[in-house]
Amino acid sequence: MKTIEEIKQAIETKFGVQISIENNSLLIPKEKWPEIASFLKTDPEYSFDYLSSVTGTDYKDYLEVVYHLYSMGRECGPLVIKIRTDRNAAQIPSVVSIWRSAEFQEREAYDLLGIHFEGHPDLRRIFMWEGFVGHPLRKDYVTEDQDRKI
Amino acid sequence: MYGLGVLKGLWVTIKNFTLSYFTRKRLTTVQYPEERITLSEHARTFPILVYDESPDKLRCVACEICAKECPPKCISIVRAQDEAGKPLKQPKFFDIDYSVCMNCGICEEVCPFDSIYMDRQFELSAYERSEEFLYTKDRLAKSAEYFSKIRPETAKKVEEKRKAKEK
Amino acid sequence: MNCPYLQNMDQQSTLDTQRLEVSLGPQHPSTHGVFQMDVVLDGEQVIRLKPVMGYLHRNHEKLMENMSWLACMPYTDRLDYFCALANNFSYALAVEKLAGIEVPERAQYLRVIMAELTRLINHIVLVGFLLNDLGAFFTPVLYAFREREKLLDLFEDVTGSRMMCNYFRFGGVKRDVPPDFILRVREIVNQFPKFLDELEELLTHNEILLSRCQNVGILPKALAVNAGITGPVLRASGIPYDIRKIDKYSIYGRFKFRVPVGEAGDVYDRYYVRILEMRESLQILEQAINEIPDGEVISKAGAQAAKMPRTLKVPKGDAYGRTEAPKGELGFYLVSDGSGKPYRYHVRAPSFINLTVLEDMCIGQKVADVIIILGSIDIVLGEVDR
Repeated sequence: MKTIEEIKQAIETKFGVQISIENNSLLIPKEKWPEIASFLKTDPEYSFDYLSSVTGTDYKDYLEVVYHLYSMGRECGPLVIKIRTDRNAAQIPSVVSIWRSAEFQEREAYDLLGIHFEGHPDLRRIFMWEGFVGHPLRKDYVTEDQDRKI
Repeated sequence: MYGLGVLKGLWVTIKNFTLSYFTRKRLTTVQYPEERITLSEHARTFPILVYDESPDKLRCVACEICAKECPPKCISIVRAQDEAGKPLKQPKFFDIDYSVCMNCGICEEVCPFDSIYMDRQFELSAYERSEEFLYTKDRLAKSAEYFSKIRPETAKKVEEKRKAKEK
Repeated sequence: MNCPYLQNMDQQSTLDTQRLEVSLGPQHPSTHGVFQMDVVLDGEQVIRLKPVMGYLHRNHEKLMENMSWLACMPYTDRLDYFCALANNFSYALAVEKLAGIEVPERAQYLRVIMAELTRLINHIVLVGFLLNDLGAFFTPVLYAFREREKLLDLFEDVTGSRMMCNYFRFGGVKRDVPPDFILRVREIVNQFPKFLDELEELLTHNEILLSRCQNVGILPKALAVNAGITGPVLRASGIPYDIRKIDKYSIYGRFKFRVPVGEAGDVYDRYYVRILEMRESLQILEQAINEIPDGEVISKAGAQAAKMPRTLKVPKGDAYGRTEAPKGELGFYLVSDGSGKPYRYHVRAPSFINLTVLEDMCIGQKVADVIIILGSIDIVLGEVDR
């Protein structure tokens, strides 16, 4: 597998974007994400054909979506990709058309963290019921039993 | 031959059925509650509190470590105080809600005073849901003899450790 | 078909069928828990299927944000409650990766032995319940349970509990095994193949099973990879992807075992891949009990963290630990902010993601086959809904 530096170089030259490396992961601007994703998947030098995990984290100032990519054909990985988005209007392009495995996981991230994945074919709540208010995994979500301190 | 696989399969079931009358290997059930299997040394169900001489002298010093570490937070402890309001090294209340407890055994692992241990009593059905499963200090207190009866090896180790500490 | 009546039926295509919307579950005995499928039927054929889940949702991930690192361990048992030890394994690996804790040699072997025993339990129960879904009520299940019981007794002796084991600690395992443990595992390794042979005699060449399972619910290779399917379902589609081989986590690099793959990717292949996987697990077990060394079962830092969980300092950062759980890739994505609790805790549940392709596999099949296709994916709702 190519090192993360090489992948960063390749993406930067091809798409003309600034990428930073943070804790062994690529921090990618969200505008170019679908193109970069299909490049990483289809380019024979990388061929990250297996998207293992999609999830998000609430860092209070911003939301971060984390993708773990592996390659089944080349048996290498992971390539960790992080995309940051604004907390109040959290929107990230969906990658369901590139990796089907994102289908349920993006729905889960939408349900629990309130990240809107643009272009997702069926973005509904998956665990919580329809009509549920709020997104439980956000840090400012008020749980029912706040008095039980640990 | 078509159908041979089914016949072979039926032979397996017939074999199992008839042999279950003769061999213990194929009949593994016991007639509970008349017959019981022996539980292993570390089998665990719910926590108990161990005392040495009398039930009011618990080993517990109300340090509240177990209450803090308990994952579902089913333990609640109030420390006893003497008349002057000075905290004593014993619990005033020690309640465990058995209906919340998840039998993980973390309380017995973290207890530094060898006080809380997991019982192996599993027949705890009751007529009522809230109060009968709220085990207070008196109901949790079990003697050291009882503990060494249910878990002889662990009790032996604990005794040795406690004796070494006293010296 | 020589029946004249049926031939007439074929010629008359005027018998129109009505589209019917059926809600299978959530209270349905063959959905393996509280799982719902909204199915649109054309006659007996499925033309649409939407999985509905969340009936067992406990917000596991949010709960864990208020727990110490160790207190999460018993909760991982409750994810996939058939394979508690495999879940423990994955979580322990992720935390060890984050905190940089070493694991002693003997503990590594014990972990592998327990994980492989769990795989045996999971696959044997799955085979039993798959046959239940087919309509072979409870004979194969009870044969499977009879064998499973021996393994569960072993688990009780070692961990203290039959199903909710809570056995792994960061940097090792909770306690050493009883002295007769190796002997008993050896007995299982010797006895289990005989049971598997018997089960295969009952099932593998059974014509009823063959005609119900072959060419049903085919999952093409390309779709399986694209949809992130893992575990036996992926391997049944013909891709030899096993994380034990790829990542060589823990000490799996030392063992010789093969990765069974299927050809057609149908229900029958998924059944047979699991049978073969059990035989490979027995190979690993045999090697492990021959090589297991004596020594510590938990490292010093780990023992301290188990005795005083609040002292475990996990540095800032994130880590993703993944293992080959019996149902597929089980991953834990953990973020630490340096306090004593996980800042973010995410479970990549294999049976949840494997459900992505349920609709693709079911379209065009008969409604009775939907049940066995769902059964062959092997879901546990504790893990799907979390």
